Amino acid sequence: MSAAEMTAVQTVPTVRRRPPAVSSRFLRSELGMVFRRRRNLALLAVLAGIPIVIAIAIKVTAPPNDGRDGPPFLFSITGNGIFVALTALTVVLPLFLPLAVAVVSGESVAGEASLGTLRYLLVVPVSRTRLLAVKYAGALAYCLAAAFVVGAVGTLMGALLFPIGPVTLLSGTQVSYGAGLARLILVALYIAAMMAGLAAIGLFVSTLTESAIAAMATTAVLAVLSQVLNQVPQLDWLAPWLFSHYWLNYGDLLRDPVATGGVTKGLLVTAAYVLVFGALAWSRMTTKDVSS
Amino acid sequence: MSRSAADSEVPDLPGTAVTTTGLAKRFRGGQLAVAGIDLVVPHGSVYGFLGPNGSGKTTTIRMLLGLVSPTAGSHTLLGRSMPAAAAQVLPRVGALVEGPAFHPYLSGRANLARLDAADRTADPATAGRRIDVALGRVGLGAAAKKRYRAYSLGMRQRLGIAAAMLQPRELLVLDEPTNGLDPQGTREVRTLVQELAADGVTVLISSHLLSEVEQICTHVGVMHIGKLVAQGTLDDLRRSQQPRVAVETTAPAAAARTLAELGLATGPIEGRHVTAALGDAEPEKVLAALVHAGVPVRQFTVDEANLEDVFVALTGEGFDVSG
Repeated sequence: MSAAEMTAVQTVPTVRRRPPAVSSRFLRSELGMVFRRRRNLALLAVLAGIPIVIAIAIKVTAPPNDGRDGPPFLFSITGNGIFVALTALTVVLPLFLPLAVAVVSGESVAGEASLGTLRYLLVVPVSRTRLLAVKYAGALAYCLAAAFVVGAVGTLMGALLFPIGPVTLLSGTQVSYGAGLARLILVALYIAAMMAGLAAIGLFVSTLTESAIAAMATTAVLAVLSQVLNQVPQLDWLAPWLFSHYWLNYGDLLRDPVATGGVTKGLLVTAAYVLVFGALAWSRMTTKDVSS
Repeated sequence: MSRSAADSEVPDLPGTAVTTTGLAKRFRGGQLAVAGIDLVVPHGSVYGFLGPNGSGKTTTIRMLLGLVSPTAGSHTLLGRSMPAAAAQVLPRVGALVEGPAFHPYLSGRANLARLDAADRTADPATAGRRIDVALGRVGLGAAAKKRYRAYSLGMRQRLGIAAAMLQPRELLVLDEPTNGLDPQGTREVRTLVQELAADGVTVLISSHLLSEVEQICTHVGVMHIGKLVAQGTLDDLRRSQQPRVAVETTAPAAAARTLAELGLATGPIEGRHVTAALGDAEPEKVLAALVHAGVPVRQFTVDEANLEDVFVALTGEGFDVSG
């Protein structure tokens, strides 16, 4: 070791700081990991592509506004661009959005475990509870980002390709374009909240395995399974307990006045899912042997 | 090593950096990986934790660091009970556990920044400088911005050691730190450990190769099939095996007879060579007796037991994976 290097060594600060009560440094690092990961960005790009494809397809074919089969809002688009965003959110909700959320939440703990970085985080030390909280916060941020990317790109495409103006709500009343945008933000928030329930399930699954792929796949399958079971008439008794049962309730936010019943129920059931699966993830995480 | 302000309320217990009492781990499959060991790593020592692959070294280290919970027993790190005091103790402990592990698509520097960000006791204002110094110390300064994916095995190992040195540490736990390093790299790691030890850092360094750590250790513990079969200073361990005399002579049978008459336990005669455990006998008197008995002695040597022999005697020969 050269003399110069030795000098450098001696200038290293040896005083350690007292841990602050609250520090967002690890959370910011985690957000960086989630949002700089190329795969996660690619998933957001795919989600952003949906409203673009919808807007262009409608513009090119200009279907008659006769309310035939198709996603809700699809035929309102030619009248008002804001419906591009609402249509896109409806289209991504059953599969694309849950898939993206399953990837990010399924990877959260299992990804670190499979790389072996989990053991190094734990000996830093990061308490297991804190690690889980930060991982869930990262997944939540991704849920929000995903819903808002679809909404924002949809709004933009709608404004570019179609007329914008006062919005006719589901109840028939008209509100200003600005008020319509506010409703759209509420819808995106509600959808992000629904995804938070799925993310909690993904977080729990992620603590069970050292294979990130297995955790992602399991979470995605659960999201699809919940929706399939919701469609089976013989399982009507089960439907209110399925987390996906309330996903489409955001329609209530597009009425005047807002019908809060269905939305509130959806938020409560999702909160219960978050609590239960958060607790399961915590009990698993704080007791498991980290041998990867 | 200077104590930090944050640690000043912790009583400074001189003596041991690591103690375990009956520490044991039985895995869910029923396999007993560690069978109740009493490890004592004195403060300021360089403790070589030796044993064949699969003898329970890594499981022990995982238990010490709180990654795996013991089935029985207890342990302390730097005088504090684990895992209760993990939040206070672990920031003062640097660790390399079963090889390096980092995010492949991040650079070496970004990986260290990630670990530093996770440390609540790390000062973000000095992070950049500490990371650069740690990288420089292991010779990765030039490769700092390369993705980890592109690192060679040796570079990865170095990055793992750099991570253990991001902060001033009082205890370093290095699990097979020379794995994957070429002889030059192995030598560098040894030098690094010696420098750190000179600063007063206690080092627990595991290896399945005695020769890699023999020169730098003050103490050793030898694991075999989950048990700690020997522990002490290097001299203690050397003394645990008796020195032997070796006689080269044209009359081996006569030599063996004479040695036996002196009460020495002789080994088998091999050509012109006869060996015997010296026991309490003085070698000078043994030689005199041989000459007096008319044995034509061509060569007479006293072999102090070397550590390799002790190690082999304790853990068995060959490359068998134990346990």
